[in-house]
Amino acid sequence: MPRRRLPALATAVTTVLALLLAGCSGDDGRGTEADGTIRLSFQSLAWQKESVDANRQLVREWNATHPDVQVDYVQGSWDNVHDQLLTSFEGGEAPDIIHDASDDLADFAYGGYLADLRTLLPDRLTEDIPQQSWATTTFGDGVYGVPFLQEPKVLIANTKILEASGVRIPTPGKPWSWPEFRQITAKLTKKGTYGVAWPLKEPVSVTLNLGLSSGGRLFHRGTDGKVTIRFDEGDRVMPGTVRDQVVSDRSAARPSLGMGGSDTLPGLFGGKYAMVPLGFSYRQQVVEQAPEGFEWTVLPAPAGSGGLAQGVSPQTLSVAEDSPHKREAARFIDFLLRPANMVRLAKGDWMLPTGTEALADPALHTAENGWATGTALARALRPAPAQSVRGYPEWKDKVATPALQEYYSGAIDTEELKKRLVEDGNRVLARYQR
Amino acid sequence: MSLRTSGTARAGQYAALLCYLVFLAFPFLWLISTAFKPARELGSLHPTWIPEDPTLDNFRQAFDEQPLLRAAANSLTAALCAALIAVVIATPMAYVMARHRGRLSTAATGWVVVSQAFPFVLVIIPLFLVLKYLHLINSLWGLILVYVVWSLPFALWMLAGYVRAVPPELEEAAAVDGAGRVRILVSVTAPLLAPGIVATALFAFITAWNEFFFALVLLKTPEKQTLPVVLTHFLGAEGVADLGPLAAAAFLATLPSLVLFAVIQKRITGGLTAGAVKN
Repeated sequence: MPRRRLPALATAVTTVLALLLAGCSGDDGRGTEADGTIRLSFQSLAWQKESVDANRQLVREWNATHPDVQVDYVQGSWDNVHDQLLTSFEGGEAPDIIHDASDDLADFAYGGYLADLRTLLPDRLTEDIPQQSWATTTFGDGVYGVPFLQEPKVLIANTKILEASGVRIPTPGKPWSWPEFRQITAKLTKKGTYGVAWPLKEPVSVTLNLGLSSGGRLFHRGTDGKVTIRFDEGDRVMPGTVRDQVVSDRSAARPSLGMGGSDTLPGLFGGKYAMVPLGFSYRQQVVEQAPEGFEWTVLPAPAGSGGLAQGVSPQTLSVAEDSPHKREAARFIDFLLRPANMVRLAKGDWMLPTGTEALADPALHTAENGWATGTALARALRPAPAQSVRGYPEWKDKVATPALQEYYSGAIDTEELKKRLVEDGNRVLARYQR
Repeated sequence: MSLRTSGTARAGQYAALLCYLVFLAFPFLWLISTAFKPARELGSLHPTWIPEDPTLDNFRQAFDEQPLLRAAANSLTAALCAALIAVVIATPMAYVMARHRGRLSTAATGWVVVSQAFPFVLVIIPLFLVLKYLHLINSLWGLILVYVVWSLPFALWMLAGYVRAVPPELEEAAAVDGAGRVRILVSVTAPLLAPGIVATALFAFITAWNEFFFALVLLKTPEKQTLPVVLTHFLGAEGVADLGPLAAAAFLATLPSLVLFAVIQKRITGGLTAGAVKN
């Protein structure tokens, strides 16, 4: 081929490719069709079949009764949700209605990607959800998500082992104290059986959230708005109990310190562990996977000076700041979170609804599968202590996770743990608060 | 010199090879085992290799809950197109890089190595904006373009190595016999490069077939999502998984790569050893 034809050929190929690519493009509409119908996209992170079915069915019901505002259900994924949303926000392609968890919202809220919902939501919904739940989605003066599902940590226990030991069975009205819990796990520990298995692969959130029950806070916001870390008496109780169970009493299985929640279930089913502290939604796995004849029960987590208080990061629904139809998006959220619908979503995800009216639904107060125990805990749930603290992710990964792992395994003592969490931690936080 | 191996040494070699194969095959065999186990056996404290009560329920549930076939078709389209385009672009470029060595070629090789070090998260936002400008968000063609660009540097590097393994004397001999440049490339060089081209295409195919993050970010509608994205729909927050259906779907997702390897592995190994010894 003559050389001079090459540039012309290259140009032609490039042009054809560009045209071809442009021709295969997606839709670039701004959510309104030619006939005036508004189209909203709703990215849901529901993943369990019952939950996905409930979400899809609710979208269908909305679409059937709102021909002028149609909602498209988009299946999202918990995996990499933060990066995926960030890219969508930056690229101006975010869904109108966004499902996420409250501990993921701070960056998006401060970054101006989410709409302030204060003037968009009806009083019915605002008043139905308790203030402590709204606190999980309030950043600065604005509210950037509607918290709608939450799950406390509970103790899932092998009923036969518990009853055979003769220990007092705790109830939400009369839970075990932390010292009592330690004594009981020691009593339940026999040859081949540990009293408890703590799945502490990710030790930070468990430690912070359960630490609230004994008055632990760790993060303290000053009058200047700056956050500092302290490790007071209340902060020592929960981690101290776990360490004693693992290191001194040997009533907690050491290998479970490196496990995730699901990893401990075979041990629970096989009678190797009498109890496992797990999220409330793990009940579904227990129901599905437990062998025939396995008897189990749901118990409240131990309580301290703060009662049954524990931290949670509820699942949330937000509206993108870029959405041209925020008001309609908020109306859809209101529909999705009507009490009866919230109950459907909660049952689908095996979690607790935040709404007071939904929480009162008799379907969530049955003894079956521990629903009643969970709903009894709902009033004690508080915002996870660190979710609005800037620099928390770095503190968690670089300081707290290794320090707590070493502490729980017995490699360092309480003073060393305190030193690392506080001194190293405050250095990290200071960088974010200059 | 003849290389003789004693019986004991040979047995040792086979034993080592067997251990290595078991090590490599363990995750896959475990995946197959899990895919056929009923939910109760998944939670057993004493898991068995062979399911005691094998079931196809996990496969049924996986197909029932997620559009696996459509997702597989999307993945196949994206991976095949990406592999084909990457090879078509990389082959002539690699030839030039290998045969005309100079500063530019060295710099290009350096760039290839450096470009592999960029994390996805760093490039995704500018990439998203470029694709949006081209109206290629939520388009398989957009994803294919990304896969081609992403696999091109390594494909180039890989193919350049294969080109260097082809003795230039063969091309010179053909030229002496009167063959033109195009004839030399088509009749002499290309057949010798075939195993390299196949291996490179396979690399590009598998990279695209397994890729998750770009597909997650760029494809919005369920109709266009690829298999790795759909697989994550069996995962909940904090790594909780619907293990049975996930294993069943993941097992099916590995099959195309395995089949492809089985079909063309002879060509790859043949290519790797071709020309290694003087006859």
